[in-house]
Amino acid sequence: MTEKPKLAVWKFASCDGCQLSLLDCEDELLAVADRITIANFMEASSNVIDGPYDLSLVEGSITTPHDRERIRDVRRQSKFLITIGACATAGGIQALRNFTDTRELLSVVYASPEYISTLNTSTPISEHVKIDFELRGCPINKTQLLEVINAFLNKRKPNVSPHSVCIECKKRGTACIMVAHGTACMGPVTQAGCGAICPSYNRGCYGCYGPMEAPNTSSLVKWMRNLGVPEDELLRMFKTYNVGAESFRCAVERVEGEDK
Amino acid sequence: MSHAKGGDTRTIKVDYLARVEGEGAMYLEIRDNAVVDVKLKIFEPPRFFEGFLRGRDFREAPDITSRICGICPVAYQMSAIYAMEDACGIKVEGALRELRRLFYAGEWISSHTLHIYMLHAPDFLGYPSAVEMAKDHPEAVERGLSLKKIGCEIMSLMGGREIHPVNAKVGGFFRVPARKELMELREKLLLARDLARQTVEWSATLDFPAFEQDYTFVSLYNGEEYPMIDGRIISNKGLDIAVNEYDQHFEERHVGYSNALQCVMKPKGNCYHVGPMARYALNFAQLPADIQETARAAGLGAVCNNPFQSIIVRSVEVLYAVSEALRVIDNYKSPSVSSIPAVPKATTGYGATEAPRGLLYHRYTLDSDGIIEDANIVPPTSQNQKMIEDDLRRFVPGCIDKPDSEIQYLSEQAVRNYDPCISCATHFLKLEIDRK
Repeated sequence: MTEKPKLAVWKFASCDGCQLSLLDCEDELLAVADRITIANFMEASSNVIDGPYDLSLVEGSITTPHDRERIRDVRRQSKFLITIGACATAGGIQALRNFTDTRELLSVVYASPEYISTLNTSTPISEHVKIDFELRGCPINKTQLLEVINAFLNKRKPNVSPHSVCIECKKRGTACIMVAHGTACMGPVTQAGCGAICPSYNRGCYGCYGPMEAPNTSSLVKWMRNLGVPEDELLRMFKTYNVGAESFRCAVERVEGEDK
Repeated sequence: MSHAKGGDTRTIKVDYLARVEGEGAMYLEIRDNAVVDVKLKIFEPPRFFEGFLRGRDFREAPDITSRICGICPVAYQMSAIYAMEDACGIKVEGALRELRRLFYAGEWISSHTLHIYMLHAPDFLGYPSAVEMAKDHPEAVERGLSLKKIGCEIMSLMGGREIHPVNAKVGGFFRVPARKELMELREKLLLARDLARQTVEWSATLDFPAFEQDYTFVSLYNGEEYPMIDGRIISNKGLDIAVNEYDQHFEERHVGYSNALQCVMKPKGNCYHVGPMARYALNFAQLPADIQETARAAGLGAVCNNPFQSIIVRSVEVLYAVSEALRVIDNYKSPSVSSIPAVPKATTGYGATEAPRGLLYHRYTLDSDGIIEDANIVPPTSQNQKMIEDDLRRFVPGCIDKPDSEIQYLSEQAVRNYDPCISCATHFLKLEIDRK
C-alpha cells in the first residue's frame, strides 16, 4: 500500500474563513480524511506530523516580518503550495493599509504601539514565494476547494474557470441587474466561482472573487458613471477585498488620476 | 513543549494552541507549587479594521466587518447593522426582525456545533482531532456534521452563503425568502431538533473536572426571549445598562505580550465572563419549558459555574437555536418590504448582539453623509481573555501534583472552554510600522 499524501493547512493574516471551508465540507470531510493524511492543521487537530508535505494550503496575507520568513519555510517543506482566498492571493481587505500615508498611521495615538510588530503593507503570498495555484474568493467556494485538492492529488489541472460572474448569472438565469434595474455591479470584471450569489439576492456583485482574466475595468467605470455612481463610491467599489490585485489597484489609480 | 526550569520553578508553555480559531500561545509559570504567572498570548497579526473603516460608507460596515471572522460573520454583520440603525434612528421590527433571529440561529447552530464536536469534544475523549475521534465514535462525529450542516443551510438560504453572507443590510435584507423556501428548511430542522437533543444528552456524559467559579456573567437581556440581537446589557452582580452606556462601564487595555486588547470592567479592572454560560445564567427563565427540562435532565441547574461544562450549555443553546428557527418559520408572514429606508445623520450609533462566543459591541461615529469617522469594535474573546487567564490561575493549583504534560493538556482544555476566537480578538490595534 502506498502512503497517503500529506496535507498541511497554514494561516497568515486572515479571518479563518477559508480554512473553515474545509471543515464546512460536512458530507465530504471524512472521505477526504480517508484518502489523505491531515498532517498539519492547527485549527482542527493538535496532532502535528512533520514535513515535508505533498500539498500545502495557505490562507492569509503577509503583514509581519516574522510571517515573511515563515512563508519561506512553508514553501521549503511543500511539494505543491496552493493559496486560498483573497488574503493569500491579493493581500485581502487589510491591503487597504498599502494606500495609507505612513505618517498618518503613525499619528494615530495608541496606548503602547511599541508592543506591535508589523509591516506597512499586506501582500499576497505570490510576492514572497513561488506558488503552484491560486484559488480566489472572499471566501473561497468549498466545491472549488475540493476540486483543487482532487486535481493536485491526481496530478491534473484544476477545473476552475477564469471567466466573469456575468456568465454565472446567465447560467442560473438571473436577469442582469445592471441593465434591468440600474444597479451598479462589479460582475463584468470579477472572476466567477461564487455562483453569482449577489445578483440573485437583488444586489450588485461587490467583487469578492477579484479580477477575472483580462478585465475591462475602464469600460465598467464608464458604465458606472452613466448610472450616476458618485466618484468616491466608484473608488470604494474597487477598494475592498481584492484591492491588492493588480487590475483593481490600477483601476483605482486611473480613476483617482481622472478625478484630479 | 513543556519543560522544567530547574529548582522549584516549572514552566509550561504551548507555542501554538490547536483547535482554536487563530494563532495563540499559552504560558504558565509555577514556583514552589504556586502559579506565579499566566499569559494567554495572542500573536495573530493585527489587521487594523478600525483604522480602515474610517472613510467608508455606513452601508459598507456589515460586509467589511464580517471579514474580521469567518466563523461568526453574521454576528459582525448584525452588530454593525444595529449600530448603524441606531445612528439612523430607525428600528427594524416584525417579520424582518424575526428573519434576523432565524439568520443568527443558523450561525449559533453551525459555530457551536463546530466547537462542540470538532474542537472541544476531542479533549474530553482523548483524541487530537474530530477526524481521529470519528474512528471510534463515528456516530457522534456524523451527528455533529449533520447538525452543523443544517446551521450552514439556514445561513445559506438567509445570507446566500454561510461564510461572509451577502444578504444582510442596514434596514433589513436585500431579499427576503418566500414561505416555500423556509418550508424546505423546516423538515431538516425537525431532524436537527432530535440531533440537538441527543447532543445535550451526549455532552452530559463526558467527564468534567470539578471546578466551579463565582463568575461575573455579562450578556444581553430583554426579559422576553433568549437574547440574540437586542436588549440591555446586564450582569449577575448588578450591572444594568443600555448598549450606548457600554464605554462608561468597560475599557480595553493593552498588554505587552498579546496582540489583542483585554477588556475589563471599570473602575477596578475586574475580569468578566461573556458567552453561552453568561447568557444561560442570566436568561434561563426565557428558555422554553421543554428546553429548561432537557437542561435539567442533563444535570444543569439554572446557572452553570463550571466552565468545563460549557459544552453542555453550548449544546442547550444549539437546541434553543433549532427551536427558535422552527418557531420563526412556523409563524412566518412574508414582510411587505425587504428593508426599511435608512438615512444617516452626523451622530454616534451603538450596537451589541450575542455572537456565539458572547457579547459583540460596535460603535460608529458618522458624518452627515454617512461616512464613518470613527469605529470601535469589542469582540467576545477580548472580553474573555483575562477571564481565561484567571481560570488558569485558579485551576492549575488543583492539579499541581500531576506531571507537566497532564497539566498542559488540562490547561489547553481550560482555554478551549471559552471557544476563543483569536482572529476576532486581534484585529483592533492601531498601527506601528516596522520600516525594514
